[in-house]
Amino acid sequence: MEDLSLHLLDIVENCTAAGASLVEIHIAEDAANDRLEIRIKDNGRGMDAALAATATNPFVTTRTTRRVGLGLPLLKMAAEEAGGALTIDSTPGVGTEVTASFQDSHIDRKPLGDIAGTLVALILGHPEIDFSYTHVRGGETIELDTRELKEQLGTVPIGTPAVLNMIRTHLAGAGGDRQGENHG
Amino acid sequence: MAKLKVEDLKRIKESVKGTVNLRDGAARVKVTVHMGTCGIAAGARTVMNTLLREIESRQVQDVILTSSGCAGLCSHEPMITVEVKETAPVKYVKLDADKTKRIFTEHIMGGNAIVEYAFSIGSERTR
Repeated sequence: MEDLSLHLLDIVENCTAAGASLVEIHIAEDAANDRLEIRIKDNGRGMDAALAATATNPFVTTRTTRRVGLGLPLLKMAAEEAGGALTIDSTPGVGTEVTASFQDSHIDRKPLGDIAGTLVALILGHPEIDFSYTHVRGGETIELDTRELKEQLGTVPIGTPAVLNMIRTHLAGAGGDRQGENHG
Repeated sequence: MAKLKVEDLKRIKESVKGTVNLRDGAARVKVTVHMGTCGIAAGARTVMNTLLREIESRQVQDVILTSSGCAGLCSHEPMITVEVKETAPVKYVKLDADKTKRIFTEHIMGGNAIVEYAFSIGSERTR
């Protein structure tokens, strides 16, 4: 994966495969403490303790559930290479929360990449699933909640190109790469 | 800046009023982008956003775009499956933005499958 937005897309695809109806994505850039945190919470079927413990092992795979494989191990590696960690908190029948943290300034921290492109691909591919996105950077917060959007849109599908284009423009402000960010 | 503006949504609602939005059953073409870990790492998101831009710029109404998981052909990613109504589904492999645009023009709009990019024609349908 070239950047964190692709990891995000990959992990959220897991949420959709786990039968989630709502996926909450939270990105926090904490410059004061030199931390970057990406948290993904779903209300899917969850994992029991045994599966959650092996989910980051690339050599344990259960193709029938598609809950494990390379997605989580790759994100874990990306976090640990950049002075961070990956934690998984999962309860069967309730959902799963995956948190990846990074040392923000670490030379090996991958750039955030095209977060807007990731959200658009998710909404387009899974119009029936709701996504809530919060991105905190400095004093600024960018938010998107497809439940509110759908309510406003009424009978217009959220996958309409004009709607997706507006979402992309809205998110491009804080969601994209910082100017001059050239590491990774 | 923080939230999407209600006025913008209203403007979009007005602009699409009267245009027909086709759902799964009624679309002429269904395009599935395979979004497993393998596909994403290989560039599936670029392929999907390229297709979306083509649909938007040409104002196409009868093509639907969706995603699915890994199809088990990881070394051939990024892949898409193009299903034109009443013809065999075609799986295209090892795509990039330029190949995707050509597929959109010649197959999705023109009805002629591009055999040189195809992995298989008439395989199983995607979910």
